[in-house]
Amino acid sequence: MVNKTAYQRVQGARRKDKISIAALIDGLTTDFFEQHGDRLEADDHALVGGIGLLKKRPITVVGIQKGRDTDENIDRHFGSPTPEGYRKALRLMKQAEKFRRPILALVNTPGAWPDVESEYHGQGSAVAQCIIQGMQLKVPYITIIVGEGGSGGALALACGDRVFMFEDSIYSVLSPEGYASIMWKDSAKVQQAAEELGLTPESLLKDGIINKIIHEYQPGDDLSDLRNFIDDQFTELSSLPVNELVDQRQRRFQNF
Amino acid sequence: MLQSRFKMPSHDELVKRMDAIPDHVLRECPICHYKFLSMRAGRNNTCPKCGYGFRMLAKRRVKTTFDKFTELDRDLTVPDRYTDEKYRAKIAKAKKVTGINESVLTGTALLDKHAVAVGVMDPFWIMGSLGSATGEKITRLFELATRKQLPVIMFTASGGARMQEGLNSLMQMAKVSSAVAAHSKAGLLYIVVLCDPTTGGVTASFAMDGDITLAEPHALIGFAGRRVIEQTIMQRPPKDFQSAETVMKHGFIDQIVNRADMKETLAKLLLLHTRENGNG
Repeated sequence: MVNKTAYQRVQGARRKDKISIAALIDGLTTDFFEQHGDRLEADDHALVGGIGLLKKRPITVVGIQKGRDTDENIDRHFGSPTPEGYRKALRLMKQAEKFRRPILALVNTPGAWPDVESEYHGQGSAVAQCIIQGMQLKVPYITIIVGEGGSGGALALACGDRVFMFEDSIYSVLSPEGYASIMWKDSAKVQQAAEELGLTPESLLKDGIINKIIHEYQPGDDLSDLRNFIDDQFTELSSLPVNELVDQRQRRFQNF
Repeated sequence: MLQSRFKMPSHDELVKRMDAIPDHVLRECPICHYKFLSMRAGRNNTCPKCGYGFRMLAKRRVKTTFDKFTELDRDLTVPDRYTDEKYRAKIAKAKKVTGINESVLTGTALLDKHAVAVGVMDPFWIMGSLGSATGEKITRLFELATRKQLPVIMFTASGGARMQEGLNSLMQMAKVSSAVAAHSKAGLLYIVVLCDPTTGGVTASFAMDGDITLAEPHALIGFAGRRVIEQTIMQRPPKDFQSAETVMKHGFIDQIVNRADMKETLAKLLLLHTRENGNG
């Protein structure tokens, strides 16, 4: 893995030509069936999800998808889910539990969508439900942070058994820009902010917050290795008795 | 006719006299802007006009709400591995102002004869931010409550995850949630009282996980901050968009309770959750 500064990782995580969540789903699964809506009021396009076969195993995939151009970004509000998005994710994850399907979460988000409507619809509550219920799901649940892992909006889909990060990705309590403007009233100090936040995969692996760094995949790459890797994870986690699986997951978080 | 001996002071003179009143004597409510003599805020430290509860030290809150409080994990504080000077200075100041070693005060207590586990966040401790020791204290509180079969009453007041501790502070949201889940699974009661302000990562975790959710009048409750909304998506939020009243209107709060009625309301809720055999 190439050595990069924290800020280079930030730039890498935000790259426009970053492999999209849709491309990952397409490359990793077959027979993918996309699902829509939170069954309460809306369908948030920032949050994509559905059922597919990973090798021969049916799995549920939930992912946070950025747009590839301006129109798509407006439609998906720049990859920042609304409460409806998080409720859709939780609905699909609970359904996965019912049918004993493992869950794969793919994250690339600057954070939960910050607007007035989302506040009215309970953004805090929606994220909180993903966290508390996600941690109790009785099926294997793994997360890959593909690009940006922005704060609570990313944690909502990262409360599972194992969390992995792509090489060029970040996972952070707030954006380096936000940190710089609060700490020094100077958003130009982002490079220093990125260093201090400890948001790189290397630093988070060292802290034991993530389990492994996955090498970067470009659009069009063959994803067989990644598919095999995920499949192995699910095989390993599926061999645990359900109680043990959930206990182990909760212990993982108790250590922080 | 008697000549009045009272002469109306000039405007300048009045302004001068107003300025001579020491600041702590007069107070202005940040919500309704009513100006009043500080002493009128009373024991509960509230605005006499609109009922807004001024931000309150955790220690004082415990004193005015509970009896026989026994503190837990008094010495738990920010780990030594955080060495940044500015952060250390903030920690020292927070400890001095609040008299506690982390942004939450936890313990067991009695409320109207009901034994309870209590957590009170302190808005004067680096804005009640959720650091790793804060999360640890709250987690231990829930674990103790689960072992001892106690209800938990949590007063939240927080700016959210503590950025100085990086992702470790974010992880506290998950850690506390898992302890809340275990407590809930044991069939035990969790009451949240949302105080001013409750925002960010605390709103997005244990503040929204209660069986019963109360709030103080006009408390600011939300996830994203006003400035973040304004700067990220250039939207101008209405004035009260994150007030307890607005949040209640949208269905996330059971009742807004005046500080003067809080103790009685909590006692009633504890009574309503008493099991048939009389054990709380």
